[in-house]
Amino acid sequence: MGFWIELVVSVFLVLGAVFVFIGSLGLAKLPDFYTRLHGPTKATTLGMSCLLIASVILVTYQQGYLSLHELLITLFLLITAPITAHMLAKTAFHHKLEILDKTSGRALSKRARERMAP
Amino acid sequence: MLTAAIVIATTLVCISLILNFWRLYRGPSRPDRILALDTMYINSIALIILFGISSGTALYFEAALLIAMLGFVSTAAMCKYILRGDLIE
Repeated sequence: MGFWIELVVSVFLVLGAVFVFIGSLGLAKLPDFYTRLHGPTKATTLGMSCLLIASVILVTYQQGYLSLHELLITLFLLITAPITAHMLAKTAFHHKLEILDKTSGRALSKRARERMAP
Repeated sequence: MLTAAIVIATTLVCISLILNFWRLYRGPSRPDRILALDTMYINSIALIILFGISSGTALYFEAALLIAMLGFVSTAAMCKYILRGDLIE
């Protein structure tokens, strides 16, 4: 196997795993639900994209033709992650979860809560 | 080098699964638990893809795609149930 292919795949794998780890660390450590929502929906999606790009490069090199199965998973995750985050934020507003003083955008929460539930 | 990278990546993903499980066990509210479960779905997809890369077969990507779809649908269903108290009105 070519050295440069292996180097690129390894770099993408470690980068993606580090992003996934940072997202889960944010989920575990941050103090508030609305800040906790940031970690998984952004960092984890980015990390999954890096892992799947590494897989695309490796499988394309090993099999000799362009393999786009993994790109389908990337596209699906990139489409569904914002929808999930939106629905979870709606649920949190509906349940009136507490917002800490440090969390930014508290002034918008009252107006968002007054709107109709979906 | 690729083997070492796969080992490092698998270790990090397993640690993040443990962190997600901690949040699922600990989470003070129900949306926290749903968020932890959704993140566990995504991290398990990462683990399956790493296993597929290390074993060298393309068989596991269909399983990863199925888990991605089921995870999204179950998260949306749980959010809808908590919001409205019913799934299909």
